[in-house]
Amino acid sequence: MTDAMIGLIALPLAGALATLLLPRSATAVAIGTGLATTVAAGLLLSGVATQGALHYEIGGWSAGLGIALRADGLSALLLMMTALVALAASVYASAYFNTASERARFWPLWLLLWTALNALLLSGDLFNLYVTLELLGLSAVALASLSGRRAAVAAALRYLLVGLLGSMMFLAGVSLLYAGYGTLDLAALSHMVAPGPSAWTALALMTTGLLLKTALFPLHFWLPPAHASAPAPVSAVLSALVVKAAFYLVLRLWLDVFATVVTPAAANLLGLLGAGAVLWGSWHALQAERLKLLAAYSTVAQLGYLFLFFPLLLALPSGPARDLAAGGLVMLALTHGFAKAGLFLAIGVIQQRCGHDTIRQLDGTAQRLPATTFAIALAGVALIGLPPSGAFLGKWQLLAGAVEAGQWLWLVVTAVGSLLAAAYIFKVLGHAFGHRPYPNQPVTVAREEWPALLLAGMAALVLGLSGAPMWKLLELGI
Amino acid sequence: MLTTQILYALTGCMIVALGLRGALLHASVLQRIVAINVMGAGVFMLLIAVAYRGPGLPPDPVPHALVLTGIVVAVSATALALALVRRLHAEQEDD
Amino acid sequence: MNWDAWLPVLVVASSLLPGLVIFFLSEGSHRLRTALNLAGAILKLVLVGILIWGVFHEHVYESRWTLAPGLELVLHADTLSVLFVTLSTVLWLVTTVYAIGYLEKAPHRSRFFGFFSLCVSATVGLALAGNLFTFVIFFELLTLVTYPLVAHRGTPEAVRGARIYLAYTLGGGMLLLIGTVWLHVLAGPTAFVEGGILSSLPAAYHPQLKIIFLLLIMGLGVKAALVPLHGWLPQAMVAPAPVSALLHAVAVVKAGAFGIVRVVYDVYGVNFTDQLGLLTGLGIAAAITIVYGSVMALFQDNLKKRLAYSTVSQVSYIALGTAILGPIGTIGGIVHLVHQGIMKITLFFTAGNYAETLGIHKISEMNGVGRRMPATTLAFSIAALGMIGVPPVAGFVSKWYLGLGALEAGMAAWVMPVLITSSVLNAAYFLPVLYRAWFREPGPAWPAEHIPAARFETSAALLWPPVITATLALAAGLFAAAPYSPLEWATLIAHREYGL
Repeated sequence: MTDAMIGLIALPLAGALATLLLPRSATAVAIGTGLATTVAAGLLLSGVATQGALHYEIGGWSAGLGIALRADGLSALLLMMTALVALAASVYASAYFNTASERARFWPLWLLLWTALNALLLSGDLFNLYVTLELLGLSAVALASLSGRRAAVAAALRYLLVGLLGSMMFLAGVSLLYAGYGTLDLAALSHMVAPGPSAWTALALMTTGLLLKTALFPLHFWLPPAHASAPAPVSAVLSALVVKAAFYLVLRLWLDVFATVVTPAAANLLGLLGAGAVLWGSWHALQAERLKLLAAYSTVAQLGYLFLFFPLLLALPSGPARDLAAGGLVMLALTHGFAKAGLFLAIGVIQQRCGHDTIRQLDGTAQRLPATTFAIALAGVALIGLPPSGAFLGKWQLLAGAVEAGQWLWLVVTAVGSLLAAAYIFKVLGHAFGHRPYPNQPVTVAREEWPALLLAGMAALVLGLSGAPMWKLLELGI
Repeated sequence: MLTTQILYALTGCMIVALGLRGALLHASVLQRIVAINVMGAGVFMLLIAVAYRGPGLPPDPVPHALVLTGIVVAVSATALALALVRRLHAEQEDD
Repeated sequence: MNWDAWLPVLVVASSLLPGLVIFFLSEGSHRLRTALNLAGAILKLVLVGILIWGVFHEHVYESRWTLAPGLELVLHADTLSVLFVTLSTVLWLVTTVYAIGYLEKAPHRSRFFGFFSLCVSATVGLALAGNLFTFVIFFELLTLVTYPLVAHRGTPEAVRGARIYLAYTLGGGMLLLIGTVWLHVLAGPTAFVEGGILSSLPAAYHPQLKIIFLLLIMGLGVKAALVPLHGWLPQAMVAPAPVSALLHAVAVVKAGAFGIVRVVYDVYGVNFTDQLGLLTGLGIAAAITIVYGSVMALFQDNLKKRLAYSTVSQVSYIALGTAILGPIGTIGGIVHLVHQGIMKITLFFTAGNYAETLGIHKISEMNGVGRRMPATTLAFSIAALGMIGVPPVAGFVSKWYLGLGALEAGMAAWVMPVLITSSVLNAAYFLPVLYRAWFREPGPAWPAEHIPAARFETSAALLWPPVITATLALAAGLFAAAPYSPLEWATLIAHREYGL
C-alpha cells in the first residue's frame, strides 16, 4: 500500500515531466498517467478500508525531520474523487484543446496540479502541506490564465495575489505553531496543542489564509471571475478539487490539530459565514446570465453548506449523531466535487458548440445535445440535493444534526438555499424543452460528452445509492 | 525581557502587518506584489527568530528550511505575477 | 432466490428498465417503443396480481437497502400499498394505450415515454414505500420525472406552467423533508406500521409532534391540492391530455392524498392524531377545499380547467375520510382513492378525445357532441354521474360511506352539509355539460376536425381507454360487494388499521 501512496505522487509528477519532454505524444502520456494514478487511488482506498489508516515515512527518516505520508478514510476518499474527476476531465480536455501549442502548455501544468492535489491530501506534516499548497496555487493560476485573454489573465492575477496572501498568513501560523510546540507533524501536534494566545493566533491566521483559498464568503470575490474565464476542464477541476483541498485543510486543522482550541463561538462564526455564502452565492447564481458564472457562484454557495456543519460538529457530543453529521459533510463534499465537475464539462461542450454560454440563448443548443443536457440535469439534481443523489443524504444529515443540536438557523438556511438552487438549475433546464426535432443519436462526440455524463451520474446516482459503506470508512479519520 | 530573539520576532510581526496593509490598501498591482513580498520577508524574519536555540548553539534547521522554501515560492510566484502583469499591459496596448 | 424480497423491486423495475431503454430509442422506432411500453405494463400487472394474492394471504414481501447508517430504503407490500399499486398499474396500462394514440404525430416521443415510465416507477415505489424516508425519496423523484412531462410541449406557456408546478411541489417537498428529518431525530426510523408508532412517545414531545404533523400535511398537501396549496394544478393543464390524466387520476395528486393517509394511519395512528386534536383541523382543511374547488369549477369554460378544479375538490374527499374517526369513514376515504382515480381518468380521457378529434377545448363548443361522438360522451356521462354521486356508479359508494362514517363519529353536523353542498355543486357544473352534449344542436362546424368520422367516432387508441375505465367505474359501483373489489379491499385495510 505504501507503493500506492508513493505512486499517487510520483506518477503524475513523472507524467508532467514526460509531457514536457515529449510534446507530440503528450495526450497519450497524460491519459496513461491518469489511468495509472486512478488505479493507485483505488488500491489505496481498498487498502485503507481493510487495514485502517496508513502511514509511511519517506526515506525512513522519522517524523520531525522526515516527510511522513498519511492516509486515512477521509483522505483516501478525497484522493479517489480527485482521481476520477481528474481522469474524466483529462479525457474531455484531450478533445477540448485543438492546437498543439495549447496542448503543450496544458498537459504539464495539469499533471503538476494533480501531483499537488495528491501530495496535499497525503501530507502528514505542516511543512509538506505548505509546499504542496503553494504548488497547487501556482499551477492552478497558470492553468486559469491559459487562454491568454484579458479577462482570464486579470482574474488569474487576482487569484494569484489572493492565494499568496493566504499562503503567507498560513506560513505565519505555522511558524507560531512551531515556536510553541517544536514540531510540524500533524499527529504529534494534535496531542500537544492546548488553548492559549499563541494557539488562538495560529488558528486564526491559518484559518483565514485557508478561507481565502477556499473562497468562503466574504473572501470569495476572486472565485467567480477566475472559474468563469478559465477553460472548461480547468474550471471543472478548480471548482471541484482545488477549493476542496483548502477546505480539507480547514477540516483537518479544526477537527484534529486544534480540536481542543476551537470554541463553539468560533464554529458559529464559520457557520454564519457559510450561511452567508449559501444565500449570497445562490442569489447571484440565479441572476447570472452566463452558464459558467452560474456554476462558479453555485460553487461559492455549495462550499457554504460545508461550513454549516462546523457548529454542529462542535455542538453535538461525541457519538453516533456526530459521526453521522461528519459523514454527511464528507458525502456532500464528494457529491459536489463530481457534480460541479460534470456541470462545467457539460457547459464546456455547449460553449464549444455555439461559441457562447449565454443562458437566454440556449434553446437550440440544449435541444440538439440531449446527452449533455441530461448531464446538466443530473448534476443539477445533485447540486439541489434531491434524491437519490449523495447530496440528499448529506443534507439530510445536516438537517438532522441541526434538529438534534437545536440550531434551527442552519435548517432554514439549507431549505432556502436548496430552493434557490432549484430555481437556478431549472431556469437553465427550461431551455431544454422546445420545438427542435430530437436528434437521432443522443450522444454526438463521445470523448466530449461521456465524461460529463459519467461524472454527473456518479454524483446523482452512484454516490447516493451505494454510499453507505462510506460512513464506516470515515471512522478511521475524523 | 527584550532579548534579541523577541526583538527579531516583533520586528517580523510589524513587517508582516505593514505588508498586509500595503497588500490590502494599495491600488496598483505592482505595489501589491511588492507588499506581499514584504509580508513574506516579515514571516521569514519571524521564522529565523524562532530558529534561535540559545547562545553558541547551532540554530534549528527546520525553520530555516521553511524560510528557504518560502523564498523559493515567493520568487516563483512573483515571477508568475509579473508575467501576468506584463501580459495584461500587452493586452491593454492592443486595445 | 428469495422471491419475497425481490417482488417489490421487480414491480418497480418493470417500468423503470423499459423507461431507461426508451430514452435511447430514436424517434422513428414506434413499434419497439410501443412493445416495450406494453410489455412492461403487462408484466407489472402480472406481478401485481401475485402481490394481491400474497398480501391477502398475509405473505410478507419486503426489500431493504441501506443508504446510510439509520437510513434504509424499504419496499414493503401491505394492504394499502397493494391498493394504490393496483390502481396505478391498471390505469398506467390504459393510459399508455391512450398516449400512444394521442401523441401519434407529436415530436419527442422517446423522451415522453421514457419519463412516462419513470413516472409510474416513482408512483409504484411511493406506494410500496415501507417507511417515511423511502416515501419522501420517491415523492421527490415523482416531482422530478413529472416536470419534463408537464413542460413537454415546449411552448412558453408549457415551460411557465411547469415552472410553477415545480415551485409548488419542491417547496412542499422541502416542508415534507424537514418534517421527516425532525420526526426521524425524535422517533428514529419511522416505519409504516398499522396503528402508528408515535403514540408511545412521551408527552413532552407532543407540541413538537403537532408542528411536525403540520409540516408533513402541508408538504403532502401541495401535491394533494389542499387549498391554498393547490395553485399549481390548474396551471399544469398545459400538459398533454395523457399527462393530465395520469397526474390527476393516478400519480401526483393521489400520491399526496396517499401520503396523508399513510401519515395519519401508519405513522401517527388515527386515534393518536385525534388525541392530539389534529384530526379536526385536517377535516376542516379538507372541507374548505371540497367546497372551494367545486365553486371555482362552476366558473370555468375551459373543459380541462373545470376538471382540474373538480380534482381539487374530489381528492379532498380522501383527506376528509381520513379525518373522520372510525372505520366507516376510513373506508369511505380509502375507497374513494380508487373510485376517484377511475372516474377522473375517464373524464380526462374524454376531454382529450374532444380536443384531439374535434378541436374542442371549451364547454361552450360542446353543443351536440353526443351525436358525433356517442361512446366518448357516454363514458363522460357515466363518470360525471359518478362524481355527482349518483348510484350505481362508484362515486356513490364512497359518498355513502363518508356520510355514514360522519354520522357514526358524531361529526355529521358539519360533514353532511359539506357532502350535500359538494354534490349539489358537482351537479351544477356537470349536468349542464351533459345537457349541452346530448340535447343541444351542434353548431355549423366543429372548431377543428382532426379525425374525421369513420367507422368509429375517433381512433381506436383514443376510444377504448375511456370506454374501459367508464365500465370499470360502473363495475366498481355495481359489484362493490364482490370479493377483491375496491370496497372490500378498503374494508380490509380499515379493519387492520383499527385492529378489528
